[in-house]
Amino acid sequence: MAFYRAHVLVCGGTPCELGGCRAVKDTLLEEVNRLGLSSEIRVLETGCLGPCDQGPVIIVYPEGIMYARLQPGDVKEIVEQHLLKGRVVNRLVYHEKKEEAKSVVTFESSDYFGLQERIVLRNCGRINPESIEEYIAHDGYRALGKCLTEMEPAAVVQVVKDSGLRGRGGAGFPTGLKWSFTAKTDSNQKYIVCNADEGEPGTFKDRLILEGDPHSIIEGMAIAGYAVGANKGYIYIRGEYKLSIERLQHAIRQARELGLLGTNIFGSDFAFDIEVRSGAGAYVCGEETALIESIEGSRGEPRYKPPFPGVSGIWGKPTVVNNVETLANIAPIILNGAAWFRGFGTEKCPGTKVFTMTGDINNEGLIEVPMGITLRQIVYGVGGGIPGGLGFKMAQTGGTSGGCLPKEFLDLPMDYDTLAEAGSALGSGALLIMDDSHCIVDIVRCFMKFFKHESCGKCTPCREGTTRLYELVTKITEGKATNEDIALLTELSRVMQTSALCGLGQAAPNPLVTCLKYFEEEFGAHLNGYCPTGVCTMPVANVKVG
Amino acid sequence: MPAEKYSSTPNSGLLSDIDDIIRKHQNRDGALIDVLHDVQALYGYLPEQAMKRIAEGLSLPLSKVYGVATFYSLFTLEPKGQYVIRLCESAPCHIRGAVQVLSAIEEELKIKPGETTPDSKFTLEFTSCLGVCGVAPAIMINDQVYGNLTPEKVKEILRSL
Amino acid sequence: METVRVTIDGQEVEVPSGSTILEAARIAGVDIPTLCYHPDLDVKAMCRVCVVEVVGARTLQAACTQPVSEGMIVKTSSPLAREARRMNVELILSNHPQDCLNCIRNQKCELQTLAEKLGIREQRFERRSRTKNNLDISSPSLVRDMEKCILCRRCVAVCQQVQGVSALGPINRGIDTIVAPVGGCELNSVACTLCGQCVHVCPVGAIYEKDDTQKVWSALADPTKHVVVQTAPAIRVAIGEEMGLEPGALVTGKLVAVLRRLGFDKVFDTDFSADLTIMEEGHELIHRLQNGGTLPMITSCSPGWIKFIEHFYPELLDHLSTCKSPQQMFGALAKTYYAQKAGIDPKDIFVVSIMPCTAKKFECGREEMTDSGYPDVDVVLTTRELGRMLREAGINFATLPEEEFDAPLGISTGAGVIFGATGGVMEAALRTVYEVVTGKELPSVDFTEVRGLEGIKEATIDLDGQKVKVAVAHGLANAKKILELIKEGKADYQFIEVMSCPGGCIGGGGQPIPTNKEVIKKRLAAIYDADKGMKLRKSHENPAVKALYEEFLGKPLGEKSHHLLHTHYVKRGKYKI
Repeated sequence: MAFYRAHVLVCGGTPCELGGCRAVKDTLLEEVNRLGLSSEIRVLETGCLGPCDQGPVIIVYPEGIMYARLQPGDVKEIVEQHLLKGRVVNRLVYHEKKEEAKSVVTFESSDYFGLQERIVLRNCGRINPESIEEYIAHDGYRALGKCLTEMEPAAVVQVVKDSGLRGRGGAGFPTGLKWSFTAKTDSNQKYIVCNADEGEPGTFKDRLILEGDPHSIIEGMAIAGYAVGANKGYIYIRGEYKLSIERLQHAIRQARELGLLGTNIFGSDFAFDIEVRSGAGAYVCGEETALIESIEGSRGEPRYKPPFPGVSGIWGKPTVVNNVETLANIAPIILNGAAWFRGFGTEKCPGTKVFTMTGDINNEGLIEVPMGITLRQIVYGVGGGIPGGLGFKMAQTGGTSGGCLPKEFLDLPMDYDTLAEAGSALGSGALLIMDDSHCIVDIVRCFMKFFKHESCGKCTPCREGTTRLYELVTKITEGKATNEDIALLTELSRVMQTSALCGLGQAAPNPLVTCLKYFEEEFGAHLNGYCPTGVCTMPVANVKVG
Repeated sequence: MPAEKYSSTPNSGLLSDIDDIIRKHQNRDGALIDVLHDVQALYGYLPEQAMKRIAEGLSLPLSKVYGVATFYSLFTLEPKGQYVIRLCESAPCHIRGAVQVLSAIEEELKIKPGETTPDSKFTLEFTSCLGVCGVAPAIMINDQVYGNLTPEKVKEILRSL
Repeated sequence: METVRVTIDGQEVEVPSGSTILEAARIAGVDIPTLCYHPDLDVKAMCRVCVVEVVGARTLQAACTQPVSEGMIVKTSSPLAREARRMNVELILSNHPQDCLNCIRNQKCELQTLAEKLGIREQRFERRSRTKNNLDISSPSLVRDMEKCILCRRCVAVCQQVQGVSALGPINRGIDTIVAPVGGCELNSVACTLCGQCVHVCPVGAIYEKDDTQKVWSALADPTKHVVVQTAPAIRVAIGEEMGLEPGALVTGKLVAVLRRLGFDKVFDTDFSADLTIMEEGHELIHRLQNGGTLPMITSCSPGWIKFIEHFYPELLDHLSTCKSPQQMFGALAKTYYAQKAGIDPKDIFVVSIMPCTAKKFECGREEMTDSGYPDVDVVLTTRELGRMLREAGINFATLPEEEFDAPLGISTGAGVIFGATGGVMEAALRTVYEVVTGKELPSVDFTEVRGLEGIKEATIDLDGQKVKVAVAHGLANAKKILELIKEGKADYQFIEVMSCPGGCIGGGGQPIPTNKEVIKKRLAAIYDADKGMKLRKSHENPAVKALYEEFLGKPLGEKSHHLLHTHYVKRGKYKI
């Protein structure tokens, strides 16, 4: 194996791709070749490095210097100066966006990176996602081998149970327990489904995990299959994620070629194979029973439960549905043990959580931090604070179906239970930060419009309710609403939360309910015909001065 | 309401293309959505004749094919412009100025969401989150996503097409 | 039986394990309100009206699907449950027209009943309308009013699962969802059998029969018309329900009397032409058996079934008996044989059929059905429409005397009356075929193997050494299974009876609301009571039929029969009429 004195990792995640990372990579290769460095410097594409708003980004190892916002024209300088002469090109170096800008040199010593703990994203930004060899070189498929050669299926379920891993799709249901339900069923056919129908606004973690480390999902699914006795897996990816679909299909082919999928895996009598299915634009398909309907080729309308998918899922057969991030945790847990995993995060919520930070925050992008980290640490530490010196107004956790928390909650630990108590949710890990220039009613209207569009229409409270919430909130933004409307909104919200068929309808009122509670004054102002931020257009006659 | 929507004459070229697609997916259970994807990729929309052929080929009731085709927002039953612009209107993009980007597109193309330009070049639509919120606000034009948009940038993109 | 103990509204009850909360509550004497739930269908948990509080559960639970578990504590009227139930009904009402007084389902509407039961007195949401100007009157049988649809999807379930037709389906998503024929087309432009089962399951007035009562009122008022009426076998066991009697009341005599009071000149019986059908169809079967004709032969009385096979299995049309249905045989004879006999110009004869069926309205308009030189049948009324006329006329049904049908087209046997139930045509045919072929008298006329509500029934009968295997299917999804067997060459039957509707004509799409399994069972019992009560129980013993052959037709399958009583079928598209 050739020895390279330096590696240049080009982030190939979708956000960087949109910024033109392919051209940057091509130019890098050209320049390295031109200077005859190709035997000592290796240029490779890797998964998401995190700071998506600053793409395209590259990291030069061994120094760990990250360059950001690169254009092909910048490449020549980096190659000639840094790679040939060892001089860091300061003007292109990634700078953490913070109020008091430190002169950060290495990426890994930044606050942005320093507060992170990468289990799920262990390979993102380190290996070439299109190379199974590199995945294997980083302990890949070792956990599967361990399961198949050293562990009984029940022992695998037990380790996952002991680890305390909870579903990372949003609801936080204990993964090991879920597996044990299906393991117990007696059926000639069971299925493992990877839920990659990431549709929660503000969430793009699954996309970047799939793009950056597809084999970790394949391995996690195969282990799940072994644990519960399933030999067929489906990965259900939303149709919009073209690159993820390509990467996965490529990875599955590679795994089949090496016998890591197929029959007699690792010489055992375990057989497992995976098929990729893509959605076609329906947020509700993230709900597991709707997803199953969609895999079966039907309208993505949720089923009533029970029976739960673990007992009766695809084609009525026992089916485990796990989120991408959940599955990415499996291999490390098997390799390092439950106790190791419990060393991260909190007692009730062990491990890490991948968040996507969006909105009014300096460092937009993908991060992985231990469970229980506070909102403040994320916003002002990893996130680098609010741009433009504006104040923090609220953070919406868990995506559009999560609640909105004002600054009083900045010191709240981020885990499933604490956030649920606060009326919000950890959910998919989306974090939308909003500064105080925005109108809370206007943004709630935006949330409600989303649910109106995405309700599947099957059950009454969601089908009719999402539209009514949108209509009533719109009325508020127009300065035409009354206290009766607020009372009706409150009642309707409660009815949806308690009686909708699935999580979509139950969660749809969350942002509204929390905003009504925490931003009562601002709603009150709108009732009086006045939008404090001036975002909503109010009838002139109603405007009150002062 | 249309009395005889399904009266257009079958086009033999279209039907044989569709048969090829159906054959490709035939041995997989629940392949309807994948077949619809492929057929739409071929024609840009789902023609009525195509849906009948799919129903026949997959032995499904036409009402099921139609129900699925109208449920998912990526499918369309009407021909659209050469470029379909999907503007993300979810909260992260909203906060980062999606409204201004929308105004810029409307101004540039003189169409509203849901409309197609008279020359059939552009169709403008809303979409839910595209999952590229790190570079909000974002739009998708056909399969290509564009992020970190400003009114100026989006106009530039449209002019380059 | 395993049981569990649950507490419902403070009352502890022991119920079979696996019961739903809804079932358990009924045992506890609590009737939880429902809307989308239907005992015969797998449509559940959509309307969210039956939600109840289960102590310890995160959200309210739908009583219609949630199974009980040991120690479960249920509160059906807790503040949260009541609030949700009322709000969900209010949400439905806010998107539903408020024209109850003009609605065909006024006082028979499940939504109206529910709103009244819950005492919904105010509507806080602005009125919306799901669709606009969307009254679909394209078909001769059914009217669809999508503004009234509450999206319970029972019609979709019955159309897809029970009938295997799938003419209806959900379209679009979310608030834009509608239930519609394929492609949002008119009903008459898609492959619908017009069986009308959707009407029975619709809780509101979103789909109903096309009302032809005015045509009959006009004919009755027209002094130049000689108006005759025929009543199908299944009417006598159902019309009582329209007049406030319990399901299963057999009211043949009162039915005849009330029709005379309405002013019909002659009151005849489709049972007569049912007997005639057996003569023709029985001989057709014998002919096919003896001459290598297409087998299995399938009955052709049920017009929804005929339309079904024409749409979906046109390649199997040769299996159908060429016999017209009893209603159409009657019509053809009324304007020929009867006209001659009574000395009335057939152009002045107006034939009204009272049928349990919506597809009969379509059948009588088929262009093949004019062999008398006129439309053989002028108007078809469903049982419900007759009920409407009787209520309007204000005739006191309960106190009417029992009267007899007019001769000759009102004379019938027990074989004719069982046409109204699934298996009846088969049983009637076997009674005749056996005696005609073997020349022996049947030891027992009751062929119980072909009775009952099993979806597909089979029997084998020995015709002096020749074994004839028969099958009976009701509900078109069951018929489909048999057709598939025929297609695969796996059907070893010689004769098959198919009825479109579950239970046969007693469960027909034109029968009183409600029509469900429970009601059908009662009507079924009444049909066999009627059979038992008849002096003659075999079609070939019907004296009026014998006379008809002697005086007019000659012999079964003869030339005149061929012209008047037999027909041919049309190959229709799968996606369009």
